[in-house]
Amino acid sequence: MAEIWLDFERPIVELERHIEELRIIGTQGEFEVKEEIERLEKKAVKLRKEVYTNLTPWQRVQLSRHPRRPYTLDYIKEITDEFVELHGDRYFGDDAAIVAGLGRMGGRSLIIIGHQKGRSTSEKVERNFGMPHPEGYRKALRVMQMAAKFGKPILSLVDTPGAYPGIGAEERGQAEAIARNLREISILPVPIIVVITGEGGSGGALAIAVGDRVFMMQYAIYSVISPEGCASILWRDAAKASEAAEALKLTARDLLKFGIIDGIIEEPVGGAHRNPGEAARRVKEVVLNSLEDLNPHSPEELVRRRIEKFSKMGVYKE
Amino acid sequence: MPIFGKPKYTVVKVSRKKTMPEGLWTKCEDCGEIVYNKVLEENFRVCPKCQYHFILTASQRIALLTDGSSFKAFEDGLRSLDPLKFKGPKGSYPEKLKEDQILTNLEEAALCGRARLEGKKIVLGVTDSRFMMGSMGSVVGEKVTRAIECATAESLPLIIVSGSGGGARMQEGMLSLMQMVKTSAALAKHDDAKLPFISVLTNPTMAGVMASFASLGDVILAEPKALIGFTGPRVIEQTIHQRLPQGFQRSEFLLEHGFVDRVVHRKALKSMLAQLLDYFGGTKGKKS
Repeated sequence: MAEIWLDFERPIVELERHIEELRIIGTQGEFEVKEEIERLEKKAVKLRKEVYTNLTPWQRVQLSRHPRRPYTLDYIKEITDEFVELHGDRYFGDDAAIVAGLGRMGGRSLIIIGHQKGRSTSEKVERNFGMPHPEGYRKALRVMQMAAKFGKPILSLVDTPGAYPGIGAEERGQAEAIARNLREISILPVPIIVVITGEGGSGGALAIAVGDRVFMMQYAIYSVISPEGCASILWRDAAKASEAAEALKLTARDLLKFGIIDGIIEEPVGGAHRNPGEAARRVKEVVLNSLEDLNPHSPEELVRRRIEKFSKMGVYKE
Repeated sequence: MPIFGKPKYTVVKVSRKKTMPEGLWTKCEDCGEIVYNKVLEENFRVCPKCQYHFILTASQRIALLTDGSSFKAFEDGLRSLDPLKFKGPKGSYPEKLKEDQILTNLEEAALCGRARLEGKKIVLGVTDSRFMMGSMGSVVGEKVTRAIECATAESLPLIIVSGSGGGARMQEGMLSLMQMVKTSAALAKHDDAKLPFISVLTNPTMAGVMASFASLGDVILAEPKALIGFTGPRVIEQTIHQRLPQGFQRSEFLLEHGFVDRVVHRKALKSMLAQLLDYFGGTKGKKS
């Protein structure tokens, strides 16, 4: 993979590389490098702490979009023993920006859906940068309703800049597809766990993010509008995105405070991309625990609680 | 006359506009026709020349669709707060709210209540696109949800007239986005109770409002030429780097693509709603 690092992570990565080089030299036994390695490792710990404890909202936005960040299929590969992808919405086509299928995980069978971004240029185009058309949302709903038919729990992995803004998307009813998902998913009689893994881009994310338990990865974001979009509307300048990111309160910590999400999944130091296997393991643990928690609820109880949970969202004076 | 340099004569600007007394005439926003206000009012605020439907205020809309003074707004006293302490480039969110409250004489962008429409009991919700572009924050979401819940609890048909260019309100961040789920989930229960919901789309209905309750009517009506869609046309043009075709995202375009049941002229809207309610058993307020 190409060497893509964010500005604020580069000094850390460079320091780690330097340590690695010294180690190699050390194994050759010609020079005494132990003390130097220890010194640099202390420095690295300090540097990591400095950088990652004080991330600005805009830096978190950048991390959530990190080109090395694990995507839905990466998570699926790590957390499932088996996955059979299903395609198509049965009306128009198959949207590669959303994947859906049957999976086995920790002895359970479940339905997994999620946005899918691409890694290489051609993959990015194929996946439309993770921006679904209506057929993607309709495929997700079709497969989720099938989960309900067979009594399978659902895991939804959310990572999209937003629903695709294009002519075909409007012609085929982007708004209708999202609205229908919101209504239908809110009454699905099976447990639904949602994890925002990267970018939670507005309605395009929400359309598959209604669930009994909604988690965010530590460096994921979830926003009513992209910081760039907000900046260009309010500041009339998309370059003010960092100010907008601040104003929008789109970090996991903010959203936990507002009761929008139920929990935060800690990422490995430096972010999920620094140790995707560990990030996936943590996701799996949280999902399995949540399913265990939800197990005692009858289908009616699940739906009642889910609707009640979302009905309480909002802040106003009466 | 020299091609370059100053012309040898002085141009005197003569305004072709005759001075018009304030408030007597209105210029049509679409065809430019100058319309006598009295004629405009008699014509349901529709341009007599090009049939352009002027945007109605919430109270004008309520007057258009309900019988006499039958509309009784829910006295919920819901007021928006500033949970994000939203910092924009100019003015705070509470300041903007106050400005629009004064401008529109409304507390918020939605007005909901019980009413009668040609004698039939209904619950009616209206959004006013002048109030922060009719956008949905916590209060609009809560008002619409309570209206839906009231209709469900009292087995009444529900009519919501949407006019929102703004969708989910940015200034309340994710709290606004979640109102899409809240309203849609409330509609799922109303739907489950086998009660009718008629969604009326007016100019403009976009984004988070269109991608939630406005799209979920048993029957969806639209006023002519209203801008309706998910993403705003400017953003689409910037994304795909091409001009959008004429009539894109207008009511007639949605009718053609199967997302609207009927495009209805404003003067026929009330009778069309009454006719639909008749089919659904609206008079008794219960399925019949």
